[in-house]
Amino acid sequence: MKTARPPWMEAPSRAGLAIKSVVIAVVCLLVLYPFVNIIATSLAGESEITRRGGIIAFFPSEPTLAAYRTIFAGGVVSHALLVSAAITIIGTALNLVVTIALAYGLSRPIVGGRFVLTTVLLTMLFGAGIIPNFLLVKALGMYDSYTSLIVPGLVSAFNFLVLRNFFQNIPAELLDSARIDGAGDLAILLRIVLPLSKAVLAVVALFYAVGHWNAFFNALLYLSDTGKWPLPLVLRLYVLQGQPVGGGTESPGEAVASIQAVQMAVVVVALVPILCVYPFLQRYFTKGVLTGAIKG
Amino acid sequence: MHRVSRTSRRPPATVRQPGPGLRARLRRDRVMLLLVLPGFLFFVVFHYVPLLGNVIVFQDYQPYLGFKDSPWVGFGNFSVFTEPDFYRALLNTLKFAVLQLALFFPAPIGLALLLNSIVSPRIKRFVQSVVYLPHFIGWVILISISQQLIGGTGLLPQLLGDLGLPRVDLMTNPGFFPWLVTLQLIWKDAGWGTIIYLAALLNIDTEHYEAAAIDGADRWRRLWHVTLPGIVPVTLLLLILNLGSILSVGFEQILLQRDAVGADAAEVLDTYVYFHGVLDGQWGPAAAVGLVKGVIGLVLILGANKLAHRFGHEGIYSR
Repeated sequence: MKTARPPWMEAPSRAGLAIKSVVIAVVCLLVLYPFVNIIATSLAGESEITRRGGIIAFFPSEPTLAAYRTIFAGGVVSHALLVSAAITIIGTALNLVVTIALAYGLSRPIVGGRFVLTTVLLTMLFGAGIIPNFLLVKALGMYDSYTSLIVPGLVSAFNFLVLRNFFQNIPAELLDSARIDGAGDLAILLRIVLPLSKAVLAVVALFYAVGHWNAFFNALLYLSDTGKWPLPLVLRLYVLQGQPVGGGTESPGEAVASIQAVQMAVVVVALVPILCVYPFLQRYFTKGVLTGAIKG
Repeated sequence: MHRVSRTSRRPPATVRQPGPGLRARLRRDRVMLLLVLPGFLFFVVFHYVPLLGNVIVFQDYQPYLGFKDSPWVGFGNFSVFTEPDFYRALLNTLKFAVLQLALFFPAPIGLALLLNSIVSPRIKRFVQSVVYLPHFIGWVILISISQQLIGGTGLLPQLLGDLGLPRVDLMTNPGFFPWLVTLQLIWKDAGWGTIIYLAALLNIDTEHYEAAAIDGADRWRRLWHVTLPGIVPVTLLLLILNLGSILSVGFEQILLQRDAVGADAAEVLDTYVYFHGVLDGQWGPAAAVGLVKGVIGLVLILGANKLAHRFGHEGIYSR
C-alpha cells in the first residue's frame, strides 16, 4: 500500500531514488568497511597475511586468536587496558557527580546563580593554552599521577549545559509538590530529578566515558612513567610507531601471529567497549545533544 | 514546617520581587550553593587560574625558579613571532583551517540534506546510527585504522600493486597531508555534525513547503527557497563557533601523524607550542604563541558574532 504523501514530499523519481540509494550505500560502506577490515586482519594467521600480501578483505580463511593471545600474554596491553578501564569508570563517576550537582544547583534561581553561570559559560569562549595548564597541573603535584587524567577535566561546560537545560525543563509543579510533601533540595534531586533524567544522564555519561577511554593528549602530557600508560598511548607505540608487542614465548606448533594482526588486535581491543555501549545509547543522542544546543 | 512556606517562592527570573534579605536567601539556598561549590571551584582553578599563568609570557620562565623568581623580560618573548619556524606553523595552520572551512564545514549540511530526504524512517535511523559512530572513535584508533587501509603496507597500496599501479603511501606523503587530515576529520565528524542540522530541518514549518508546492515550485526550488533559508541560523551559529577554534586545527590528529610526514608539512601552532614549550623548555616564547592564538580566537568569535547581529541574526548569544 502506498502512503499518501503531502504535495511537498512527493515520491522521488526512479532515477533520483537509484542515485540516492547508491550514495547512501557508499556512505555506509565507507564508515563500516574499515571496522570489518581491521577485525578480519586481527583474526588472520601469519601465513595467510603473508600469502595475501596483507589484504584480508572480509574474513580470514583460517581465523585464529593468536594475535589476541600474543597481546594478552605480554602484559603491557592488559595493563594498559586495566588502567584505561579504571580511569574511565572512576573518572566518569566523578564527572557525573560534580556535573549533576552544578547543573542542578544552577537549574533554579539561587543567590549568585547568575554570576556562577556566567563564570562557567565564559570558559567556552577562551582557553588559557597548553603551557599554563601544564604548569598548573605540575604545580598542583598531579604530574605523573592518574589524578592528572581526571581532575583537570572534571566538568565539561558543554555537558553541564546539556544537564542544566534538561533539569530546567522538568515541570516546576512537580518539584513544588515534592517540596510541599517536605522534601528538601537534595531529596528532590535524588528522588525526582535524577530518575526523570536517566536518558540524558546516559548520554552525558557516554560523552565523558568516551573522553576518558580515548584520552591521549593529557596522558602524553602528564604521564612520563610509561608503566602508567593508558591504552591510547600503548596503541600509538605499537601500531603507529611500530614497536613490537612484547609477547610471551610462543609454544612451537601454534599459529604465529603476524605483526599486522597483532597491531589490529590492539585496535580492536580499544574499539570493543565503544562498539558494545554505542547501540544502547545511540537513540538518546539527538535529544541529549539538542538540549545542550539550546542557548542557556 | 517552615519548608512549606517556601513553596511559592522562586518567581520566574524576569519578575523581580522584593525578596528576603541576602542572609535569609543564603540560608534558604544553602544546599543548592553547596552543590554548586565543587563545580564552581573547578572552573575557577582550571580555567581562570591558568589565565594568570600566562604571566610567563613576559618572563624568562625557569621551572626551578617559578613564577615569582623568574626574571622579567617584557615583550622579549614576542620575538618568536619573527622566526621562520613560527611562520611555518602559522602558514600550515591557516592552510588546514581554510581546507576545513571549505570541505569539512559544509559536509554535515550536505549529509543532513541527504539523510533528511530518506523517506523510510527505518532506513533513516539505521544510516544515522552508522554515520554517528565514528565520532566516538579516538584519534589514535582512527589513525591506526587509516594506517591499515591506506598506509604503506595497507589495503590501498596492495590493491594498487595488484593492478600494476605504483603503490602510493598516502600516510607519509607531505603534499597530501592537508587533504588526509581533512578527509579523516570528515570521516570522523561529518555524520555527528548532521544532528543539529537535522533538528533544524525538522523545525522548518511544513506550511512553507505546501505554499511553495502550490505555487508550483519543483523539488530543487523548494530546497533553494525553503530548506536552505531554514537552516541559515544554525549554520551561522556553527560557523561563528568554528571561527573561535579555527587556529586549533586537529591537535591530536596532527601530532600523531607528524612523525610520518615531517614538521614542514605538519607543524601547526598547537604542535609548535607543545614541542617548543613542553618538550624543549622554551616556556616563555611557546606560551606567547599560545596566548596570541587564544586571543585571536576570542576576537574572531566576538567579531563574527557582532557581524551576525548586524545582519539581524542571533549569533551565539543575543543582545
